[in-house]
Amino acid sequence: MEQILGTSSGNLNSPEDVDVTFTKPNLKNIDSVLDEIDAVLEKNAEEFVKGFIQKGGQ
Amino acid sequence: MGLENEYGISSKLNTDPITLSNRIVFAYAKHVYPDSNIRWDYDVENPLRDARGFDMTRADADPTQLTDEGQAIPNLVLPNGARFYVDHAHPEYSAPEVLNPIDITKWDLAGEQIMRVAVAIDAQEFPEDKIRVFKNNVDNKGSSYGTHENYQMSRTTQFSKIVAGLTPHFITRQIYCGAGRIGIGQKSEEVGYQISQRADYIEAHVGLETTMKRPIINTRDEPHADPKISRRLHIIIGDANMSDFANILKVGSTSLVISMIEDGFVDFEEVDLLNPVGVVKEVSHDLDIKNTYLTNGGKKYSAIDVQEWYLEKTKLYLDQQGYDDNSHQVIDFWEQAITGLKNNKEDLADRIDWIAKLVLVNRYQEKDNLTLNDDVIKSLDFKYSEITSDDGIAQVLRRKKFLKSYLDATEVEKAISEPPVDTRAWFRGKSIAKFSKSVAAASWDSLILDIDKNQPLFSISTTDPLKGTKSLTGEIISQSDTALDLVNSIRENPSVN
Repeated sequence: MEQILGTSSGNLNSPEDVDVTFTKPNLKNIDSVLDEIDAVLEKNAEEFVKGFIQKGGQ
Repeated sequence: MGLENEYGISSKLNTDPITLSNRIVFAYAKHVYPDSNIRWDYDVENPLRDARGFDMTRADADPTQLTDEGQAIPNLVLPNGARFYVDHAHPEYSAPEVLNPIDITKWDLAGEQIMRVAVAIDAQEFPEDKIRVFKNNVDNKGSSYGTHENYQMSRTTQFSKIVAGLTPHFITRQIYCGAGRIGIGQKSEEVGYQISQRADYIEAHVGLETTMKRPIINTRDEPHADPKISRRLHIIIGDANMSDFANILKVGSTSLVISMIEDGFVDFEEVDLLNPVGVVKEVSHDLDIKNTYLTNGGKKYSAIDVQEWYLEKTKLYLDQQGYDDNSHQVIDFWEQAITGLKNNKEDLADRIDWIAKLVLVNRYQEKDNLTLNDDVIKSLDFKYSEITSDDGIAQVLRRKKFLKSYLDATEVEKAISEPPVDTRAWFRGKSIAKFSKSVAAASWDSLILDIDKNQPLFSISTTDPLKGTKSLTGEIISQSDTALDLVNSIRENPSVN
């Protein structure tokens, strides 16, 4: 179906909708995210990591 | 084209994943179809048919390949045209058929939302055993589960040409669509970070299997369409992406390469890398993307060189064929990826999953003086792809616009219940939404209606993915008050499906 890539209902945000201030992530940005990530990190990382056991799939 | 995701699943009480998967699919069934029991129609599925042209006998098959057994497995067809069911030990969302990479990503994001809703409903019934769902592909203890892409192709294209054209692409495209992984080796035997979740699980070049000896090119051949005209190329090498950019570029680049193969536009011998099964792992383990690999013609190329070669050929192809909005977007993303990877890969941390994850892993190691062997760092890997609560790391990154979103949130919200308008998914989704009590079963290429208990079931075949669209069937569905009306209208207008 590749040749009909264009007959799409595809709806992409125009570039103006995308916040371009983050195009080049710098340390300051990352650190502001780290604060939020600290807040959501597993309280018991060891138990979480060991406990995440899946069965194989495809 | 279409995208399937098998999600990782766990719960507070460490209930086994099959039970958990059943629970959330049943929970969602109660939500969308409180009064119905729609099952998947397996009669038209044949997972043992091989694209190379031979069948594997059931006796030869590993039991895990027999996905068409076991009718008790919960199996839903959703109003957006998707399939939501339990595959092996994972909840799987198979998005509806679409025509372009933007829509792939839209209905894939809708799938994440569906998982969230299903888990929330389940939590009302099992508040003490809250389920968590992860959009990833490995547990780092030996198990891997897939994100499969599907592309419809012409039956006339020789399979050997598909293998030659796609192999170099599949082993190198991970540099922009890898999801990143902590751990080297199938059971994380070595400490380290790598680009792809799936690379270490790839053990064959070409093959039918999907649960063991996983191949770069999968030969499963269930076209879900007219087998004389079409083949469905089933791709199992990809990672699950949280990044829209990576998802769009993964599917967009691949579909353009497939078009070039079908049209015989280019000879791929130039990038025929030797030892592809080894190279896919080497590329994944080379975070600086500096290694070079020998081609059959004696040249040495890096993964970036190979991707740049594909990009340049694709641009020549589009110059000849003509661009459209989607191909423009894909080429733009492809150029951004190559430029960023050549100059400073951290510039792409807001667009490429493995780089976003690596930047965080590095920053946390520095900040807390930790190594890749510390559980806090390892937990980042899983936590990145958690989708069922608001605190998955990629979700935090999306909210903070550190990971760019390219799709409109309201559009994604709509895609939870609305099918794409331009494929047969429209007919499937809309018929099921309106006549759910009369739908006995459904599959990609059929809809089976139970109209009258005293009459045989009525099967509507939907073998052409490009029919059953809104423009062909929208009026018929809206003007039908009952499933019988629908059947009668289809009988009068058989060409709409």
